[in-house]
Amino acid sequence: MDFVAGDAPDWLSSEHMTGTSIMAVEFNGGVVIGADSRTTTGSYIANRVTDKLTRITDRIYCCRSGSAADTQAIADYVKYYLDLHSIELGERPSVHSAASVFQQLCYGNRENLMAGIIVAGWDRKLGGQVYTIPLGGMCLRQPFSIGGSGSTYIFGHVDATFKLGMTQAECEDFVKGALALAMARDGSSGGVVRIATITESGVERKTFVGDQIPKFWEG
Amino acid sequence: MSLQSSCRPVHPLAMWHGPNFDQCGSLNAVTADLEPPWPLEPPALHKMETSIEQPVGGFTFDLTARNARLASSETGYKVPKATKTGTTICGVIFKHGVVLGADTRATNDTIVAQKNCQKIHYIAPNIYCCGAGTAADTEQSTKMIASQLELHRLTTGRKSRVVTACRLLKQMLFKYQGNIGAALVLGGVDINGPTLYSIHPHGSTDKLPYVTMGSGSLAAMAVFEAGYRPDMEEADAVKLVRDAIAAGIFNDLGSGSNVDVCILTKDSTQMIRPFEIANVKPPQEQSYRPPRGATVILTETIDKSADIEQLQTDRDVMQL
Repeated sequence: MDFVAGDAPDWLSSEHMTGTSIMAVEFNGGVVIGADSRTTTGSYIANRVTDKLTRITDRIYCCRSGSAADTQAIADYVKYYLDLHSIELGERPSVHSAASVFQQLCYGNRENLMAGIIVAGWDRKLGGQVYTIPLGGMCLRQPFSIGGSGSTYIFGHVDATFKLGMTQAECEDFVKGALALAMARDGSSGGVVRIATITESGVERKTFVGDQIPKFWEG
Repeated sequence: MSLQSSCRPVHPLAMWHGPNFDQCGSLNAVTADLEPPWPLEPPALHKMETSIEQPVGGFTFDLTARNARLASSETGYKVPKATKTGTTICGVIFKHGVVLGADTRATNDTIVAQKNCQKIHYIAPNIYCCGAGTAADTEQSTKMIASQLELHRLTTGRKSRVVTACRLLKQMLFKYQGNIGAALVLGGVDINGPTLYSIHPHGSTDKLPYVTMGSGSLAAMAVFEAGYRPDMEEADAVKLVRDAIAAGIFNDLGSGSNVDVCILTKDSTQMIRPFEIANVKPPQEQSYRPPRGATVILTETIDKSADIEQLQTDRDVMQL
């Protein structure tokens, strides 16, 4: 293959998960997070059932976008630091702590990383929280956040649809609908819709396949 | 001023920071001029530590900058290409274990460098790993991780786990930022049951029931997507892996020769090499040797002028 194409074979040019649609929404009592499931290497889908909702602690998850290798490595480091931190603390770490560790790693290595991460979870002090850490390594709390290449197609939709004080079910529908729209327009997002709801009582995960993904205007 | 220093001489080792060549010709010259109360020459062992570099194992990239400079200069030196295993490798989880498969062609640019190379590498007795990419890198990375796991088993006294191998590999590959061109399919059976990972050169991993890698991965994945069923029997899984590798061998220029298969179950590991010779050289259908007398004699001349006796003696001398 490499001598036909002339250059280095394309599977060597890294596993870029650049094409992604991820999002997270706060509601009273927790957060809903969601992602598509496509991982691409150039034009090839390396994994069509990826899980981009990655566990950090049992009440904090992150949505990964950017380079698969970079975001996996960062998430592994944060997981390790927070495990240690929670042993010293004697209780569950706060979502802000998790976001802070993510932010420090992303900002400190900004020249060498390609990672856009949304940190979301529940803690005793502030309940459900969403923190977004875009490419440069900034950290910002938002009532909801969208990320990845697919998010550019749905900014208008989420701004028009989002309402403060939605219920858990409303939030799940909001995430599902927004991701379905992003996946339909963005070529490098697709596959299944994965959703997780994090509350005081734990994490509830859902996967929507084929017909279960909402349909909109398709012409 | 100098009272303090003469009262409490400092231990020689505390002052020693390695040889200093800035001040004078040699260290002995310093000793002769100043004559401190202790020998300035440090103990032999300590000197060795500072002057001899400790050898370290693993990869070095010392020459990358030089090579880049040579490649970019007007002289136009061509960078020699490393032997790539333009490859088809794959793995499938079945009911009781994992089946790994690989072709056996190694290429160097357009030349087939090896017609029957082994791409399924040993990691642990219950874990094997298929390698695609730069042949030297897949070989070295799998060997290094196999060694680390062997030592880990000796300290813990437990069977190695596939996650452990995966972690060690991904953290090493991530550290080298893609400069180690190893694309791997890691499979094995441990206390968590059969497990399969694909590991990319930059250090990202995927945990899936069926994976393919290498230049023939598209052909092999097409076969998997059509034929994979959850909880297959061993024979069906082996057949699927054979078909996937065969698809790579016949449809991808970078892959070829034979099919190798490795079957890992809870209590057995079978390496079947070759599992199948995909390209059997057919027997020669007929002899292409011309029969005796096939050359038509058009004319015949006998030179009778030569001295027969002289020729005879010449031949005798030659035989001696």
